[in-house]
Amino acid sequence: MMRRFTARMTFGTSTMLALLTFAALPGCKHSTPAHSALKATAQGTVLVETSGGHQVGVTGTALKDPLVVQVNDDHGTAVPGALVEFHGSAGVSFDPAAALTDGSGQATTSVTLGAIAARYDLSAVTPGKAAPVSLEIVETALGYQERVGSILADKYCSRCHDSESSPERVSNYDNLEVKPHPFTEGSTLNKMSDADLTSIILHGGPALNRSALMPPYGNTLSAADVKALIAYVRAVADPPYQPAGTVYARK
Amino acid sequence: MQLIRKYLSSAWQALFGDPVRAFGVVSLILLLALAIAPAKEHFSQWHSYQRKYLALIHDRGDAPSLRRRFVPGIHQTWLPELGVVDRCTTCHLGLNEASLADVSQQPFRKHPVVPHSLDGFGCVICHGGQGQATTVAEAHHSERTGEEPILPTRYIESGCGQCHQNALPGTPQLNLGRTMLGRYGCVHCHAVTRPDGSKVEATDHPPTLAHIADKTTRAWVFSWLKDPQAYAASTTMPNYKLSDEDASDISAYLMKSSMPQAKDTATPGVKPAVIADPSAGPSLYGESFCASCHAVQNAAGNLVGGDLGPELTRIGNKAKPEWLTAWLENPRVYDATTPMPRYRFTPQQVATLATFLQAKSDSDYGSGIHLDAASPQQIAHGRKLIVELGCAACHEINGVQRPEKFAPELSTIGSKPLAQIVFLPGMEHTLPNYIVAKIRQPRAFGSSVKMPQFTLTAAQTDALATALLALTARGRAMPDNLRVAAVPETNYQPAGHAGKLIAELACLSCHRFNGRGGDMAPDLSWEGSSVQRQWLTDFLHNPNTLRPSLIRRMPRFNLNDSDNKELTDYILAVYQSPVIDADLAPVATNPPDAVEHGKQLFYSKYACQSCHIVDTKTDKGYVGPTLTQVGSRLTAAWAYAWLKNPQALRPGTTEPNQNMSDDDARALTAFLMAQKAPGGRGAKQ
Ligand code: HEC
Repeated sequence: MMRRFTARMTFGTSTMLALLTFAALPGCKHSTPAHSALKATAQGTVLVETSGGHQVGVTGTALKDPLVVQVNDDHGTAVPGALVEFHGSAGVSFDPAAALTDGSGQATTSVTLGAIAARYDLSAVTPGKAAPVSLEIVETALGYQERVGSILADKYCSRCHDSESSPERVSNYDNLEVKPHPFTEGSTLNKMSDADLTSIILHGGPALNRSALMPPYGNTLSAADVKALIAYVRAVADPPYQPAGTVYARK
Repeated sequence: MQLIRKYLSSAWQALFGDPVRAFGVVSLILLLALAIAPAKEHFSQWHSYQRKYLALIHDRGDAPSLRRRFVPGIHQTWLPELGVVDRCTTCHLGLNEASLADVSQQPFRKHPVVPHSLDGFGCVICHGGQGQATTVAEAHHSERTGEEPILPTRYIESGCGQCHQNALPGTPQLNLGRTMLGRYGCVHCHAVTRPDGSKVEATDHPPTLAHIADKTTRAWVFSWLKDPQAYAASTTMPNYKLSDEDASDISAYLMKSSMPQAKDTATPGVKPAVIADPSAGPSLYGESFCASCHAVQNAAGNLVGGDLGPELTRIGNKAKPEWLTAWLENPRVYDATTPMPRYRFTPQQVATLATFLQAKSDSDYGSGIHLDAASPQQIAHGRKLIVELGCAACHEINGVQRPEKFAPELSTIGSKPLAQIVFLPGMEHTLPNYIVAKIRQPRAFGSSVKMPQFTLTAAQTDALATALLALTARGRAMPDNLRVAAVPETNYQPAGHAGKLIAELACLSCHRFNGRGGDMAPDLSWEGSSVQRQWLTDFLHNPNTLRPSLIRRMPRFNLNDSDNKELTDYILAVYQSPVIDADLAPVATNPPDAVEHGKQLFYSKYACQSCHIVDTKTDKGYVGPTLTQVGSRLTAAWAYAWLKNPQALRPGTTEPNQNMSDDDARALTAFLMAQKAPGGRGAKQ
């Protein structure tokens, strides 16, 4: 009995804490900011994303690059000293959760995504002159399978499918007569069924009457590898992939 | 008072006034007492989750099948071999329900795809927490003695590491952490034994300090001790946060105890007449591919280059000119086990490179340091500090023994009971928190803590924590057959004179041979089956790269003809693949039209030009090696075997296995072997 009682006590406190945080989060979206330590010295009217959006990270871990947003005024000039708050769904955390813009009008935060593999819609909010101004930011967290896919894609596929070059990995994209699509290109890849994707990866371009420049990987990668690659392609698709077929929605 | 007594007696009368009535009331009480247990269950947390689950699936199209699989009551996964008694699925009801992929409400989400069946492994093995508990609080958040709260997702890979001692492709964070335990020298002080009894070995090669006075000055040692990262941002040497006096005394002892290195008698010293050619410095540095191993900070503050050797941004501040010259001539004289090759530079090249490197210095670095000559007491104090701080756990230091078991062993740190941990005030009481805080700021746990301050990114700290959390008691208790062993380095050593050459050239720093060596360059265990003699001789004389897109490349060593022959002979004779039969060369008898057929296969059926170049005018593929002269490089037997199954010859290569027929492989081999180097070099194969 005693055991149970103590357990409940700890649970009680942590629930309370969690409840308080949850209550505080949406609260500050609308009302006056709870971050009393930060005194805004200026206000802007426009929020723009500088960098750090559209990253692909891993569940529960910090994204590689920080998220940077900029506050501007009506004339597009950067506003230093404006307050920016960052919000996300449950499980997302920001360090810091609110910041004042620096000398160049930018506020920077490090983002840790939740434990669930998904696309996360985050927002940055600045009080603005008349009404709060907000900016939507999208980040993606990969789960185990999708990440295995991303590692495989990096090793086997990206040299051709990603036109971006770095000194460590020179892209082969420009050298190909027929151009492959980047795996993020949802407008094309979302139209291909899982069966078609499997078939072109296993047997190469000719399997779908496409160019043989796309090699077959059926004897190189395992069935689980191919599934992981497809899960990855689906996870990073932009616009997002909506699975077709049986959808068990409410009656 | 009177009134109360009256009420009581009338109540008594009403309940137990006559035997029948009394019997009825007693049975009612009994019934109620019996109902407590079911009621308790009914109002328990898990029961309310099960009701919620039923409500959730009620309206769904797949409700009948979901309901059929739903089992009311407490569920339990019992796996005695793994020590698992998990009741998590009592509330987490949708884990195995593929059709619940669209449900995001916890605790009913489907489990993401992982390589293991949930029923076969249970939950706590990866997630931690209390599997037997039936309330959320106890299962997820317990901090009681002998219990642990659930593991935050960011360290989830540590779960894999309990059984998988080898590097898995899907656990980059764990793999990085494990590499870092060796690379940052953690295991010099903290012993880490894997469950199979093998030890994690250090890979950082800390330099000997036995001859430190030959190499550098006391002032440099002092500034280095004060802040290693100020000299080289990328160094793995931690900061001991020493006071000026302490750093001064330690530097004094090191200088005092240093003994001059015996001079190298084998190599002739650089004649003073040799003049450096300053203009040739950068190109010689580039051609020698020093940057494959050594980094230098560029103007933008970014490190460019590898991390196998020390950063050279300010080498001029550190190295004494005579030492640098002698090192470039033959590094093995100063350090017999250094990963640095002996390049066989000419005296002029040595002078040129030394001048070039000496110029890499920062006039601000260490300026304004004046160290007074140390008194015997100060020197003795320096030695005392060296012993206390355990410097000799990493470095060879004259007059100080290497300490044994200097710091706590970490072989089961992942199961350290919370009760044994002194947490910092305000810190959430979890093991991962403790480990991360300890790595991030060891001295926050008390000024007498000896563990130094490492310079690590948040991702590196998390990786280290993951590797440490994987070292659990459960992992050690596991039956051997459930464990996947680490692939240990062999202690392969090439033999004879060629073996000595291979050691001098430090080939194993980059290449792997028979299970030992680096991973920067190709595994050469079967190189002898792969290449032709003339090509190998030419390549060792002047390595031209096969992959223009690589930035790390084979350096050029000034090998003389006899050394070159010795190496070539050895490689061709010893590094032979057992699966390739050189006598079965499939091309010799091929009709000439096989070449034409092979060409067609190359360009149309297999579209090899997407990755390779045969004809520089038309082909542009940039992923695999250039094949313009492949007929003068590879043996036909190797080319054929490679086409049939590349992964059999080089596991993990990205060249896809095309499941080629023997005929196709033969024709392609014929085509490839027809691509000869101009001038007929190697054509005599
Ligand atoms: C040598 C270059 C190359 C490599 C490596 C490569 N691909 Fe492709 N891929 C192509 C080309 C070219 C096409 C376009 C073929 C066409 O449209 O006719 C293509 C097409 C595809 C398509 C069809 C959609 C599209 O982009 O047109 C998929 C899916 C695909 N590749 C997946 C993969 C996967 C997965 C890998 C890694 C396992 C991979 N590819 C590796 C060259 C490559």
